[in-house]
Amino acid sequence: MSGVHVSTTINGDPVEFACPQDETLINSLRDRVGLTGVKEGCGTGDCGACSVTLDGRLVCSCLVLSAEVNGKEIATVEGMVEDGKLHPLQQQFIEHAALQCGICTPGILVAAKVLLERNPNPSEEEIRYALAGNLCRCTGYDKIVRAVQAAGKEMRKKSR
Amino acid sequence: MGHDSTYTNQKFKVVGTRVNRPDGVDKVTGRAKYGADAYAPGQLVGLFLRSPHAHAKIKKIDVSKAEKLDGVKAIITSADLPDLTGDDRDLTDILENCMARGRALYDGHAVAAVAAIDMQTAKKALKLIKISYQKLPHVTDVDQAMEPGAPIIHDFVRDRKTGKPSNVCKISQFGHGDVEAGFAEADVIIEKTFKTEQTHQGYIEPHACLANISSDNTGELWVTTQGHFGFRSTCAELLGMDVAKLKVTSSEIGGGFGGKTHVWIEPIALALSRKANRPVKVVMSRDEVFRASGPTSATSIDVKIGAKKDGTITGATADLRYTNGAFPGFWAMLGSMISFACYDIKHVKSIGYDVIVNRPKVAAYRAPSAPMPAFAIESVMDLIAAELKMKPIELRIKNAAKEGTRASYGPTYGPIGIGPTLDAAKNHPHMRARLKKNQGRGVACGFWFNFGGQTCVDLNIGIDGSVNLIVGTVDVGGSRASLALIAAEELGIPYEQVRANVGDTASLGHNDMTDGSRGTFSSGMATIFAARNAITVLRERAAKTWDIPLESVIWKEGAARATGKGNSNRPPLSLKELAASAPNTGGPIAGHNEVVADNAGVSFASHICDVEVDPETGVTKVIRYTVIQDAGKAVHPDYVEGQLQGGAAQGIGWALNEEYVYGDDGCLQNPGFLDYRIPVCSDLPFIDTQILEIPNPDHPYGIRGVGETSIVPPLAAIGNAVSNAVGVRMNHTPMSPIRILKAIEDSKA
Repeated sequence: MSGVHVSTTINGDPVEFACPQDETLINSLRDRVGLTGVKEGCGTGDCGACSVTLDGRLVCSCLVLSAEVNGKEIATVEGMVEDGKLHPLQQQFIEHAALQCGICTPGILVAAKVLLERNPNPSEEEIRYALAGNLCRCTGYDKIVRAVQAAGKEMRKKSR
Repeated sequence: MGHDSTYTNQKFKVVGTRVNRPDGVDKVTGRAKYGADAYAPGQLVGLFLRSPHAHAKIKKIDVSKAEKLDGVKAIITSADLPDLTGDDRDLTDILENCMARGRALYDGHAVAAVAAIDMQTAKKALKLIKISYQKLPHVTDVDQAMEPGAPIIHDFVRDRKTGKPSNVCKISQFGHGDVEAGFAEADVIIEKTFKTEQTHQGYIEPHACLANISSDNTGELWVTTQGHFGFRSTCAELLGMDVAKLKVTSSEIGGGFGGKTHVWIEPIALALSRKANRPVKVVMSRDEVFRASGPTSATSIDVKIGAKKDGTITGATADLRYTNGAFPGFWAMLGSMISFACYDIKHVKSIGYDVIVNRPKVAAYRAPSAPMPAFAIESVMDLIAAELKMKPIELRIKNAAKEGTRASYGPTYGPIGIGPTLDAAKNHPHMRARLKKNQGRGVACGFWFNFGGQTCVDLNIGIDGSVNLIVGTVDVGGSRASLALIAAEELGIPYEQVRANVGDTASLGHNDMTDGSRGTFSSGMATIFAARNAITVLRERAAKTWDIPLESVIWKEGAARATGKGNSNRPPLSLKELAASAPNTGGPIAGHNEVVADNAGVSFASHICDVEVDPETGVTKVIRYTVIQDAGKAVHPDYVEGQLQGGAAQGIGWALNEEYVYGDDGCLQNPGFLDYRIPVCSDLPFIDTQILEIPNPDHPYGIRGVGETSIVPPLAAIGNAVSNAVGVRMNHTPMSPIRILKAIEDSKA
């Protein structure tokens, strides 16, 4: 199979790689770029563990072909730390014990970040629906929702 | 030297606080390495070819074309796996489950595996393997598999009485008294049949490993597992290796819930690596996880309970039929032990039938086998209460087991939490909340044995006085934080001074799996003893430094202190100071412990649940949920709450949505998260928790396991709530919209 050359920006850095035409973004990110924080739980877009943003839009990277991301900007969980400081969501997930096994955590953090950027003060219901595409089997989501609420509050305080 | 594990009512300084977990930053930044995240130079991609048939004779496997494909480095079929298991039938079954031997026994059963230079080549190679099957009659339903004339799956399984081939591989009976006499005393008797469909643990991380065996038959395995020591022994036995020559490292684990206590792909990955003489990475797809790793049993259960007018249960029986998948197991045996464990019943009997069917081999799933009989029995408890016009919770309180009760499975209970959790439920504000139209409330109880087992830990004092705790129980949900808290408590130092790590199989003695809710209970016990062991060494070093007898040195608040005449002016020697002077006082300082942690302390819970059922669509929404459970001692309350909430959520999924759907062809029709729907964030409310602490008398800190019991009551709590909401008794999980609508319809007919 002939390959494609992909030139993209990942977490602010220019990245180039070559891959087969039918390779999905998750596999390029994990196996070619080395960003194994992007997790595969299903490969069919049902679990959200591979959530990344593509030009700011939340996507399942298992449903995106790498050939499609040429010239686009990708953000993964690895890019959430800024100036050596954890993002408020990351910090609150630790403080609230919002993870047990942690395999869904990267995808949920990426999805929650998109939510809070669009809606800085979401209701519980809005949080629950925004995260409905991200499966967690350990927590029952209770502490996850609370951590997102706490992070939202902290971010609103900072932006004031 | 023996250690005293008796509970002492000590005041805790750090145990019970909500500290941040040591692996937190790695897990929120994507750095934590799970099963599929390892890489070895020259690694190959391993893929499995699986049976598309529920039951078929494998007449021929032709790998010649696949072998010739460029980039294919190894192909394994059962012909490459000599049976080295001797007379160990269980081990033979594991081998045959990992790779079919002559027959495919279920849809998804592995029949061949390839290792190739990349995914594309491996996929091509699978397509080039030609297998000729001869389809055989199949059976997937537990009741049908027990009928005369049902297709027989294993000829070696025989009926105990007739000696003829049968699918019933085990019959177990527990109980005491004379149930007929018990029923004769009853004023009311209710008898009912229940069914629960098969569910999967549904961990988000598929099975994954990186195997690397050299030509000298030594090697390494990186794997997502709940027990790397157990994986090591099973793999080594199947492949004819010495355990000491196979180093198994447990990755971070992306959920297990019992499903990662069994090997599935690992022995084959090692065999591929040995044949190819290259590292081989195998990662299951989600489809493979559903079709070929162990779900829990589907069941069919008859329950009969009799009670006097005042609510006293006089007799109770349960007949429990469990699917075991394609190989013999003991799941109904567990079910028959658990059935009536919550209650003090004079005449009680449970009989369990373990049944082989053409489904994947059943694996443990959180309190394995317990939620199903709880669904049946707790439903009948509500029917009895209704008949007697008693409140369901009062009937339960009246019959609750207590200290001194002889459990239906044999032992006599010590101090237990069923009564206290029921009392707490009765007094909980949730019980007084008003219900609206189409809403219903359900209460249910649950039990789990808990397990201790073989455990060892090392506790090494670093040269700067920081402490490295090495444990052998895989951390499935925050146990490293709990164990570091325990080490800090014993040593009298801040939590931050301790770092807990999970050691690989080359760095510690054998540890049993993280199962039976044993992680914090048993490694916690070993950590206490190892810390006390290290404290003795620290005291010796201080005694040597001061040149006074050991008996004159005590350990308090993180420092050695001289006591007795003439010693009171000596300034204490802190852990840091003693660590710094270690090179001159006898060398490195460490503590060790090896223990069989007995008497894990049984666990009980009571749950309250409110649901709203839409009578038009049959859709059920859980609107409020409360979990009350005895933890013995909550070492890290956040992660105890997490276990209570997580188990409840899994139980809610089991009760309302999740099920394996088999077609007439015996093939699984919904092997994916789209059609096997586990609860999502918008399906659930906040799950309230109340932790009770009734100390386990046989643990120094009073700890009981907390991980499993929370999945036991939800099926019944929701069943009772839905039945109350719609006015019709539900007797089949999942209570999907279709089943609820049909139950309503049938009741009108």
